[in-house]
Amino acid sequence: MPATDLAVGSPTLRSPLTPVPYRIVKRRVELDDVVTMSVVPVAGEAGEPFHFAHGQFNMLTSFGVGEVAISISSAPAGEGPIEHTVRDVGAVTRALCAAPVGSVIGVRGPFGHHWGIDSIDDAADVVVVGGGIGLAPLRGAIRDLAGRRHRRSGRLFVLAGMRTPAQILFPDDLEAWRTAGIHVGVAVDVGAPGWDGSVGVVTVLLPQAPFEPAGAVALLCGPEIMMRFVARQLVDQGVEPSRIRVSLERNMQCGVGLCGHCQLGPLLLCRDGPVVPYGGVADQLFMERNR
Amino acid sequence: MTGGGGTTPELLRDHGFLAGVSRGTRALLSEGARIVGFDQGALLLREGEDAGTVFLITGGRVAIEIHAPSRGPIVIDTVEPGHVVGLSWMAAPFRWQFDARALEPVEAVAIDTQRLRDDLAAHPEAAAELYQRFSAVLLARLQATRIRLLDLYANAGH
Repeated sequence: MPATDLAVGSPTLRSPLTPVPYRIVKRRVELDDVVTMSVVPVAGEAGEPFHFAHGQFNMLTSFGVGEVAISISSAPAGEGPIEHTVRDVGAVTRALCAAPVGSVIGVRGPFGHHWGIDSIDDAADVVVVGGGIGLAPLRGAIRDLAGRRHRRSGRLFVLAGMRTPAQILFPDDLEAWRTAGIHVGVAVDVGAPGWDGSVGVVTVLLPQAPFEPAGAVALLCGPEIMMRFVARQLVDQGVEPSRIRVSLERNMQCGVGLCGHCQLGPLLLCRDGPVVPYGGVADQLFMERNR
Repeated sequence: MTGGGGTTPELLRDHGFLAGVSRGTRALLSEGARIVGFDQGALLLREGEDAGTVFLITGGRVAIEIHAPSRGPIVIDTVEPGHVVGLSWMAAPFRWQFDARALEPVEAVAIDTQRLRDDLAAHPEAAAELYQRFSAVLLARLQATRIRLLDLYANAGH
């Protein structure tokens, strides 16, 4: 899983601390407070092609406002635009969400360890669990795994926990995956008129997902408390803890393991994360109180 | 009695809630049990009524809901096959606190709760087995409710 080919010093990085100008070529409002922006390098600024892997993140700059870490929500696809799904939670993300098509933002990255889906055995079932905006860093991996379903004997299960039916992220993607024959489950914390799906914590979806726990790999992203409960239940259902991968988030700033703002226990998450194994790593970090 | 998915003893044998329960306890349950079916939208139980039945869901999803003036039914929870609907029979006043509605065609094993309470009073080993399982259901729902109270997916910046 370590992204040795994508680590600091990669030839894809001109300078890890210098933002590269990217232009917003498409902007899609996903929810009231969530926007997906597609960006391409400003002409003449691209340098080397932008190579990344699912689960990695970029530092996005809203010039004059600030910089923030945002996961890449598209799948690696050669020369096409890359997508970031941004939730308006503060000054920088608010500026990014409001940025119109044609405006220029800064991009530096990609940073961090990825989901490592290329290392997953073709026969292994894959259980993907995303909570709220946590579905965004999983979206590219799900798309890639969905595209491989005809050559993989292992099945794909996509489970999502959302706040309300109106706040379900990527409903079109979820429906497309379901239509493609992928097991898709959504649970909302609070129901609403017309919603006939599951109401409850996302863990209620796990017993209904008929995955084979032996050899199964799980990818989790969402609020940390959610991931703790999901991971424990997966283990209770027979999934090997070392096969569960979680995406952890802290205050990413430099992106290259220099500043220390994202330290979590022995890890600098911008460099050693965001994706880390649950068994032996995240399970212990989850239980630390002084962090 | 036979339903689409098997006889009552077969459904009880295969039900997730009763996994690991002794044969004797299952036989005791079976005596007061019957297979029932509900069309989509039908009520399995209604708030305020006597809690006379507990349902072991074998097929279909059930919504636990409450009716609010001017808002209609508010779904609080959903119960999947392999789980239990109706816990208010366990303690006085033995009255349903919520509605339970079939979100899709539902099949269940319905157990008479007056008879169940009497049987469990007379069979302590069966009581220990079953109350332990019902306690686990109560605990799981309490914990899930606490997690949902955290509103984990809310936008902390707003």
